Amino acid sequence: MKLETLSKETVVQTLKSQGLRLKIGGFTVCLSSSIPDVAAHLASLYGAFELVDEADFIDFYTSLESPSLLRRYFRPQVTFSFDGYFPFKPLPYDQASAMFEWGLNWCIASQSHQYLIAHAAVVELNGQAFIFPGVPGSGKSTLCAALVCSSWRLLSDEMTLLSLADGLVYPVPRPISLKNRSIDVIRNFYPEAVFGKVVNDTSKGTVGHLRPPDKSVGFGSDPAQPAKLIFPKYEQGSETSLTQLTKGRALLKLAENSFNYNVLGLHGFNSLADLVDCCDCYEFKYSNLDEAIALFTGMAQ
Amino acid sequence: MKPLLCTVFINPNAALDLNLQQWDMLIRQARAANVLARLGFLLQDAGLWGKIPVKPLLHLESALVYFGRFYSSLQREIGYVHDALSVANVPLVLLKGSAYIMAVNAAAKGRTFSDVDILVPEDKLLEVEWALINAGWITSTLDPYDQKYYRQWMHEIPPLRHLDRQTSIDVHHNILPKTTEFCPDAALLLANCVKIDGQDSWVLATEDRVLHSATHLFHEGEFGQGFRDLSDLDLLLREFSGEGDFWEKLLQRAEALKQQVPLFYALRYTRKILQTPVPERILDAAGRQAGKKINTPLMDALFLRALMPDHASCNDRWTGLARWLLYVRSHWLRMPVHLMVSHLLRKSLRRVLGKEPH
Repeated sequence: MKLETLSKETVVQTLKSQGLRLKIGGFTVCLSSSIPDVAAHLASLYGAFELVDEADFIDFYTSLESPSLLRRYFRPQVTFSFDGYFPFKPLPYDQASAMFEWGLNWCIASQSHQYLIAHAAVVELNGQAFIFPGVPGSGKSTLCAALVCSSWRLLSDEMTLLSLADGLVYPVPRPISLKNRSIDVIRNFYPEAVFGKVVNDTSKGTVGHLRPPDKSVGFGSDPAQPAKLIFPKYEQGSETSLTQLTKGRALLKLAENSFNYNVLGLHGFNSLADLVDCCDCYEFKYSNLDEAIALFTGMAQ
Repeated sequence: MKPLLCTVFINPNAALDLNLQQWDMLIRQARAANVLARLGFLLQDAGLWGKIPVKPLLHLESALVYFGRFYSSLQREIGYVHDALSVANVPLVLLKGSAYIMAVNAAAKGRTFSDVDILVPEDKLLEVEWALINAGWITSTLDPYDQKYYRQWMHEIPPLRHLDRQTSIDVHHNILPKTTEFCPDAALLLANCVKIDGQDSWVLATEDRVLHSATHLFHEGEFGQGFRDLSDLDLLLREFSGEGDFWEKLLQRAEALKQQVPLFYALRYTRKILQTPVPERILDAAGRQAGKKINTPLMDALFLRALMPDHASCNDRWTGLARWLLYVRSHWLRMPVHLMVSHLLRKSLRRVLGKEPH
């Protein structure tokens, strides 16, 4: 049963009482919250996600609430809890749904060492996964959003889960977090795009979340074979250019962009070595999304 | 009702009968108590690894991977501390978690922590501090009051932090603050230290290791890790109980080091909560040794709540109050009333004036 089959009222009530249990890629997540924005965020962006049965195992119990009664009324705040543990300081109340996304990223990155977790977007076409690592501002999320709006499958816009067991990439399709000007870029690029509430003045600037394609969510936890490792860089007015990157350099760059490379030690190194062995590695500079998409779609044939 | 985590710690085979919802609860309780990796080791040692459902197994494996990383970093860090101390010609005596891990005690399993704790003779403190500073550690507080608080009253100097690695080291010269009535003679602890096989570092004698663990837990004011610490005691006691006259020596040593009360609590609550095989006569003797001042029904009401895993499913309506009362008690035990009042007043005043983080 999918979330969109529930009435808005039921979503609100379930969030307030026992919590809403969702299947997100291979993870099961329970979220409790009495904050209206959070219910609206889930209803508009998580409609295609499957609900999880009461008898099932939940990976992450999360909740978003006001830190105190006072903070509900006076400069209201919200705080994220992972089953009673508070990994972050509270944020302003209107960032509640963004905090859910960031909080869940933290849960996955800190508790799932069965994967090497790279800070990278990953999308797939014709059975080939393209991995786009990138520091904030490199344009990886924008590129990722444009690709999945052009019928690529979204595995993740934020974290690439590379299994240590089989070398495949496992999906966590989630709303794509777009910042500042990227929001309008994607709205213009794909007018049917559905966004959640756009929030100003977060630590990352203005943030809006794009609903992931229903089809990508429908793939559930099916993994994909990595094929290309591409380090993107958006540069205003630049020509589209793709340059080969040596495998050694690619490995080190990806290690720098990993959340748990240091935790995995030798296993981490081996899995990255296997990854660059089976991928073509490039650096990519762009300013025109249409050209970028045409290029990658061609490469995936 | 006994938390599932206690049931499985007492008898790992109980995990065979769990349904997926119970596994869900077990993993939650273990994570909240910071014993997820330890639970993994217990289930592995019991030969149950192949019988764990895949979802909970992933969480246990992940915790073990993290522990593996912690373990190798710790070995390296202790090497650095050793080298720094050898410049000052002071032997490296490890305490608590570092000691369990380097001495390969059962309590090392899945034990993670953030500080390396060491014990040095009080008259060598200055030399040790300089040696560590020369090797890249600096004090974590420059505040004159905090410095004075530690140096005048506590059993350790303010924690040192390494500039590059951001690792932390607590340099102790005793196991309890100088201001407590039960502060032992540190020379006795140092005199009985044992050298770790094949290494140039030392740990407290087996009995003293147990007593230090006990005194740490039962003088403590924060119980977020209470269950984990109780499990340390359980594992130490089970491991050492095989040594011929361990129990008798433990009782004698508690007397010599003035740790009769914490030892009594340690034996009573490991037995009650984790069914540690403490012989009846030893428990009775520990009770007699601890004296008549203990209000056992009251302490049961407090400790049997506070020592549960720190997870919502293990709390009852009195847990919060019990933990708060024990927090107050810890300050009470730490220093005489006049010192405590002036210390707490000073702290709250500075907080109000914004000179101290909340």
